[in-house]
Amino acid sequence: MSGENIFTGLTEEHDGDARWAFGTGFTEALAGVDTTLPAGVDGADLAVYCQMLGDDALVQSQRLVQWVTDAPELEEEVALANIALDLLGQARLLLARAGQADGSGRDEDAFAYHRDPEHFRNVHLTEAPRGDFARAVATLLVLSSWRLAVFTRLADSADPVLAAIAAKGVNELAYHREYVVAWTLRLGDGTPYSHERLRTAVADVWPLTGELFATHPLEAALAAQGVGVDPASVRDEVHEVVTRVLTAATLPAPEPFPGQTVAGRDGEHSAHLAPLLEELQRVAREHPEATW
Amino acid sequence: MSRNDDATPARPEWPLYEVFVRGKRGLNHVHVGSLHAPDATMALHNARNLYTRRNEGVSIWVVLAEDVTASSPDEKDPYFEPSGDKVYRHPTFYPIPEDVPHI
Repeated sequence: MSGENIFTGLTEEHDGDARWAFGTGFTEALAGVDTTLPAGVDGADLAVYCQMLGDDALVQSQRLVQWVTDAPELEEEVALANIALDLLGQARLLLARAGQADGSGRDEDAFAYHRDPEHFRNVHLTEAPRGDFARAVATLLVLSSWRLAVFTRLADSADPVLAAIAAKGVNELAYHREYVVAWTLRLGDGTPYSHERLRTAVADVWPLTGELFATHPLEAALAAQGVGVDPASVRDEVHEVVTRVLTAATLPAPEPFPGQTVAGRDGEHSAHLAPLLEELQRVAREHPEATW
Repeated sequence: MSRNDDATPARPEWPLYEVFVRGKRGLNHVHVGSLHAPDATMALHNARNLYTRRNEGVSIWVVLAEDVTASSPDEKDPYFEPSGDKVYRHPTFYPIPEDVPHI
């Protein structure tokens, strides 16, 4: 390698990537993973399950994008956009898997751009209005803790593709949580004003958290097959994590997650989802022949 | 802050940090830029998010910009001119064995 210039050293061993000034050695997310549906796995159920997890990521990603050009600091804008991009990447893989599993051959774009709100299966927490920065922190604290707990278990899924997607997502989600914990501690244990703003945000978000742990019949069936995770099984773990963080941030220990029934997972959404999807889908629907 | 209102207390500007990243095949940390952050830990987060998004780095250092002591442009000549004609300080007058790296 070259000792005189770090960037030369970075590119010289990767001829194919020479167009990049630096930053090479990328790997395909699912390289070498067998995409055949394993015996005994219900493809239609798996497809719906992938949409549940994929739609959470897609919708939250679109919400986070609303911080771009509008964050309190440029640095935080990039941080939130990075998280949005990670979630978008997870959504793409999950929706692509949904199209393989149900045999329809639909690609990720068909799911993202050409389903109406009643066919989205995300929880309400992800579609709720963006709010202030404290609200984003409170939302991501619960959501990334939940998703990390679920993906950690899904890494052992009987579906090899879902397992690979989850294994890839675990590192991303662990970072999201680390970032959001850092901000929880700083806002909560910061000034009386920041403490109050975060306390309000947690209180606003809390009624929406119960849905994450409500078991859909399909989740129960897939959990029994070793394919999916029963979200009720991560309730205690996630509550413990969130309680520890909020307490360390000098905020009051939270109530239990509210008991809630399935809603978004069955396509029942708040009025906030339709305008968000309208923005997400407009270009693709107006120009169906466009490629990107 | 973009959504300032009367209830929002004035916020002091965050300090500037200089960021150094060691690349995958780089031997040493290289200065890549600077950023604002409320404290050193958040500066590391921000550096990770701003400067290692494209798979560049394996290690990051951040240091408060005000803690960097720099040579002055006014002193450039007395500082650097004297070494300009001393080519013998380069190890170019004897062969380097092939298996000696990083020279």
